[in-house]
Amino acid sequence: MASVPAVLNSEWTKIRTVSSTTWTLICAFAVTVAMGAGVSALVNGTFDDLSETEQLTFDPTLVSFSGTVLGQLAMIVFGVLVVGTEYSSGMIRTSLAAVPQRGTLLFSKIAVAGVLALLVGLLTSFVSFFLGQALLGDRGTDLGAENVLRAVVGAGLYMGLIAIFSMGVTAMLRSSMLSMGILIPFFLLISNILAAVPYAKDVIRYFPDQAGSKIMQVVPEAMGSDPSPYGPWAGLGIMVAWVVAAVLGGYLVLKNRDA
Amino acid sequence: MIELEGLTKRFGSKVAVDHLTCQVRPGMVTGFLGPNGAGKSTTMRMMLDLDNPTSGTVRIDGKPYHELQEPLKYIGALLDAKSMNGGRSAYNNLLCLAQSNRIPKSRVDEVLDTVGLSAVAKKKSKGFSLGMGQRLGIASALLGDPEILMFDEPVNGLDPEGIHWIRNLMKALAADGRTIFVSSHLMSEMALTADHLIVIGQGKLLADTSMADFIHENSRSYVRLRSPQQERLRDVLHEEGFTAVETDGGTLEIDGATTEELGELAARHQVVLHELSSQRASLEEAFMQMTAGSVEYHAHSGPGEAEPPPTAGAAGAGWGEGWNKPGSAAPQSVEGTTGTENKGA
Repeated sequence: MASVPAVLNSEWTKIRTVSSTTWTLICAFAVTVAMGAGVSALVNGTFDDLSETEQLTFDPTLVSFSGTVLGQLAMIVFGVLVVGTEYSSGMIRTSLAAVPQRGTLLFSKIAVAGVLALLVGLLTSFVSFFLGQALLGDRGTDLGAENVLRAVVGAGLYMGLIAIFSMGVTAMLRSSMLSMGILIPFFLLISNILAAVPYAKDVIRYFPDQAGSKIMQVVPEAMGSDPSPYGPWAGLGIMVAWVVAAVLGGYLVLKNRDA
Repeated sequence: MIELEGLTKRFGSKVAVDHLTCQVRPGMVTGFLGPNGAGKSTTMRMMLDLDNPTSGTVRIDGKPYHELQEPLKYIGALLDAKSMNGGRSAYNNLLCLAQSNRIPKSRVDEVLDTVGLSAVAKKKSKGFSLGMGQRLGIASALLGDPEILMFDEPVNGLDPEGIHWIRNLMKALAADGRTIFVSSHLMSEMALTADHLIVIGQGKLLADTSMADFIHENSRSYVRLRSPQQERLRDVLHEEGFTAVETDGGTLEIDGATTEELGELAARHQVVLHELSSQRASLEEAFMQMTAGSVEYHAHSGPGEAEPPPTAGAAGAGWGEGWNKPGSAAPQSVEGTTGTENKGA
């Protein structure tokens, strides 16, 4: 059997020696932080223009994470490329010849890339939070307030989980282009648009991003959002279930298909 | 030692590899020959556990591939030039492979040096030419200093200097006592490197023989004669008991005679000769005839029946002694035929 530490080491080398890792992760960080800061400043300046419900359920923590909607796309690209490049480059055959235990190979790759994505996600969420609160001024909150730390850590976990979900989906589809073509429109448009459609939203709220992003809310029904049948941790749990399913699906495909 | 037993691969209703049983032994270069689409690459992928066989087994030193501890130390393979991440440097591509099998870093520099890529080690491999990509692939095969090496069409895309280099590399590795398994669709290439031949067509084993035996069985040398007094010459030959076959070009081919005999015979009878030459039919022809036979057989009856492969001797083509002596006349004449290799097979 292949030595797991050796395979982890090898996967880390693979990740750190391609430039796409650096630019996707920097992009995820920069876009999330910048957009969160922009929205925070904007909201602070136009607070009086918000609707009454929005003012009543004002959630400064959630506002500082406004950049996640766009920043997560870079996380998706990171996750897709980590797995997809093996297929597009033909490296997968070389990799499997070196590590024929397919589960060891895939899980090591996802572990290394997932931990990296989670760390970058946490860094992003903390920086977004502090910058956002600074820009919100008196309307801001702090880490010590009730449930705020949970939301900040949760926002970081959300970013990492989105990346891992993308890795699982790409392992199933075995193509970077196909995976991006499905994941990006899905998370950027479809999920957000359908979430506003009556009836559809009862289903959509169980989608990974909709369920997972509940963890970023400190105030229930924050910013006039719909009440949901699950709490923040249960929402993240639903997202984790999606991630586990995607990774397992990816494993089964890799295990059974010819490379 | 690689052992294949009843190895079969189906893609839907198409049988790519059909009950292949053979052994690849150490200390020699075993050529794996077949026309394009014969199932060579599929067989090699199954050997590495990349493709799952429909039935049958592959054993590497007695074990299935996935049970090998750190497989790069047992078997190194070059499958195709495009099996590395182009966004990564040559060095880093090899480094991550080395790390996965706990091969020391210093070995990466060694193999890069062996294949002559040290100067471009830090360059992204996507800028590599086909030949450089092929060398990088060979470097990855050599990485674990394995006892078994597998090369799928290694000379594809290489320039003459590169081809020469890889031939010598394979021979040197075999001389070390390693098992070298190399596929090709060029008989001429195999004739120069292989000690043993495994020939497949349509996924079936057609021949498993030593190169020397193959050449012996297929060697047919003859003398070619051309004369303005064709009729006269034929009569003379007939009287002396030689059987002359007339070819399309109007020349005569005579089996079982030497140029000396025939030249003196012509002189005695004062027949003018325009050509008197000793000929050997190319081994490539023997191979084409052999694989064409398998195609014909499949066209007439369904798969699944056991049938002995068409006898190589019947091919009527021969090619000779110079096969393992680079620099003799024979290899050059063979290289001349590579441009017309088995397109029709």
